[in-house]
Amino acid sequence: MTTETTSQAPRRKLPSMSILGPVIALVVLVAIGASMNSNFLGAANITNVLARSAFIGIIAVGMTFVITAGGLDLSVGSMAAFIAGLMILVMNAALPTLGIGIPIILLGMVVAILAGIAAGLLNGFLITVVGIEAFIVTLGTMGIYRSLVTWLADGGTLSLDFGLRTFYRPVYFDGILGISWPIIVFALIVIFGEVLMSRARFGRHCAATGANEAVAHYSNVNVNRTRLLTYAMLGLLVGVATIMYVPRLGSASASTGLLWELEAIAAVIIGGTVLKGGFGRVWGTVIGVLILSLIDNILNLTDLVSPYLNGAIQGVIIILAVILQREAKAKG
Amino acid sequence: MSYMKTILASAAVAALGTGAFAQDTKVIGVSIPAATHGWAGGMNFHAQEAVERLEAVYPDLDFVLATASDPGKQVNDIEDMVATRNISALVVLPFESEPLTGPVQSVAESGVWVTVVDRGLSVDGIEDLYVAGDNPGFGRVSGEYMVSKMPDGGKIVALRGIPTTIDNERVAGFEAAIEGSGIEIIDMEHGNWNRDDSFNVMQDFLQKHEEIDAVWASDDDMAVGVLAAIEAAGRDDIQFVLGGAGMKEMVKRVMDGDSMIPADVTYPPSMIATAIELTAVGMTSTAPVSGTFTIGSVLITPENAEQFYYPDSPF
Repeated sequence: MTTETTSQAPRRKLPSMSILGPVIALVVLVAIGASMNSNFLGAANITNVLARSAFIGIIAVGMTFVITAGGLDLSVGSMAAFIAGLMILVMNAALPTLGIGIPIILLGMVVAILAGIAAGLLNGFLITVVGIEAFIVTLGTMGIYRSLVTWLADGGTLSLDFGLRTFYRPVYFDGILGISWPIIVFALIVIFGEVLMSRARFGRHCAATGANEAVAHYSNVNVNRTRLLTYAMLGLLVGVATIMYVPRLGSASASTGLLWELEAIAAVIIGGTVLKGGFGRVWGTVIGVLILSLIDNILNLTDLVSPYLNGAIQGVIIILAVILQREAKAKG
Repeated sequence: MSYMKTILASAAVAALGTGAFAQDTKVIGVSIPAATHGWAGGMNFHAQEAVERLEAVYPDLDFVLATASDPGKQVNDIEDMVATRNISALVVLPFESEPLTGPVQSVAESGVWVTVVDRGLSVDGIEDLYVAGDNPGFGRVSGEYMVSKMPDGGKIVALRGIPTTIDNERVAGFEAAIEGSGIEIIDMEHGNWNRDDSFNVMQDFLQKHEEIDAVWASDDDMAVGVLAAIEAAGRDDIQFVLGGAGMKEMVKRVMDGDSMIPADVTYPPSMIATAIELTAVGMTSTAPVSGTFTIGSVLITPENAEQFYYPDSPF
C-alpha cells in the first residue's frame, strides 16, 4: 500500500492538498484574527499564543513519532500533571538543604526528565514486551497518574514555595531577545524532531513499523525497540513540557493537563500524520498545534459566538482541516 | 472440661451479642463528586475528615464514602450502596441536579433517609434534609462588594465557571447586584474553575481591552490564573481581583492586606461535613434534623479573615 505513495514521490507539481490543507487553514485563521482585532498580530499576543502552545506542542512532537510508529498514548496529560506534582514536591523538600538557587532548579528539571523517561518506558514496556494494546495500557496509566497526583495533593493543589517560584518564574516568562524560553525550546525540539523524522534512520524505522509491522520486521527493523523508543521519547518530552509549565503558575492539581492528550493527538492528525501509522510529519503537527490555540485565542479576542459554543467551533475546524486533506487524497 | 465449656459458652454469647450489636449498626452512604478542582478537593478532604471523626464518636455508625467523576458513575455508586451495603441514610452532593433526581428519589422511596448537599434536586420534597449552598447569594455578595469598592462605577471583566446551573445562578446574582451602579461587565468568558484556562482567558482579555478597572474571577483557583496573567503583562490599570470560595492561600492574602486581593467571598467546601454531621445526629438521637439548612456566603475582609483561615486544609 504505502510503497505506491513513495513511488509517486518524484513529481514536480504544486504541493498536494494534504500539505496545503493545514497551511491554508492556519492562514485563514490568522487572517480572520487580524481582521477582528488590531492587537491580534501584536508582539504580546503572538508571544502569548506561542508560549501557551509550547506545552501541547512539545508533547505533540513526541506524539507524532508514537502515532507514526502505529502507537497511541492517552496518558500524556495525566503524566504531565503527575510529573509537575512530583517536581514541586521534590523541590519543596530540597529547599531547606539546597536553598533558593540554580542547583534546586536543576534538581527539579532532572527529576522531571527522569520521571518522564521512566513513565514513557513503562508504557512502552507494557505495550511492546508484554504485548498489551497501546490504547488499553495508556488508558490505564492515564487513570493511574491522574489519581496519583490527586493523592499527592490530597485532592487539593500542590504549590511551589513562593520564593522558589519567583526565582524559577523567568523560565516561562523571560527569554533571549524578547523571545520567551518556552518558544525557544519548542522551536529547537521541532527542528530536532523534523530532522529525526525526515532525515534520520529512526524516522524511517518509525514509518516502516507503523505501515506494516511484519514487513518492517523482515526488513531488519527492530520493531519493538523502535516502538519502545518512541514512547520513551514522548515521556522525555512530557518531562520537558512540565519543566516549562511549572514556573507559569507554580502549582499542580488534579485539573492540570486535563485533555492535553486529546489536543496533542488532534494536532498531530490535523498536521497530516496518519492515525493508523506509517506516515508522520513533524512540521504539520506544529501547524496543528497553532491552529488549535489560535481558535481559542480568536474566540476570546472577539465576541463572535456565545462562549458556550467554543467547543463546537473547535470541533468543526478540526474536522474541516482533516476533510481538506482527505479530499485531496481521494482525488490524487 | 467444664471450664472449656464455660469459655465456649461465654464466647458464643459474646459472639451472639456482637452479632446482635452488628445488626444495629447503621450505615450512612456518602456520595460526592471526585476531587477534580480545588473546591471539590477541599470538599473531599472535609468529607473524609468528618467520616473519620464520626466513626470514632459513634461506634454504631458505619460510613461508605464514594467519589464519582461523572453523574453516571455517581448513580452507579448510589445503586451499589443500596444494593450491597444496605444503607440507612444517604448523604449526596449531586454532580448535576437532573440526572441524579430520579435515582435519589427511588432511594428515598425505599425508606432511606436522604440528605442533599449544595445542589438541589430538580423535584422538591425528595430529601429529608437539604444543606444548601447559596449560589445566588454568592453572586450577590460579590456584586455588592464590587459596588462598595467602586462607587463611581468602572469597567470590569468576569470569568465564569463550568457552564452549569451553579454558574448561571452566581452570575445572575452578581449582575442583579451591580445593576444601575455604573459598573459595566465589558467581557465575560468561561475559565472553567481552572487555573490554566483562566490564565489564557485573562491574557486574551488584557490584549483585547486597553483599560480594565477590576476583575471578578468568581473563584479562587481562577483568581490565581488571573493574577499570574496580570503580573506577566505588567499592567497596572487593574485595581483588584475578586475571587471566591475561600481558598487558604487567598484568605491569607486578604489577611495580609494584599491590595490586589482585598476581599474574598466564601462558599465553604466544608458544608459536606455539616451535612454528614447532621445526618449522624439524626441517625443516633431523637433530635430532629429535617428541613433546610442554608449556608450563607460571607464576605471575607482583612478584619475577619483570620476566622476563615484553615492552614491544614488542602484548599
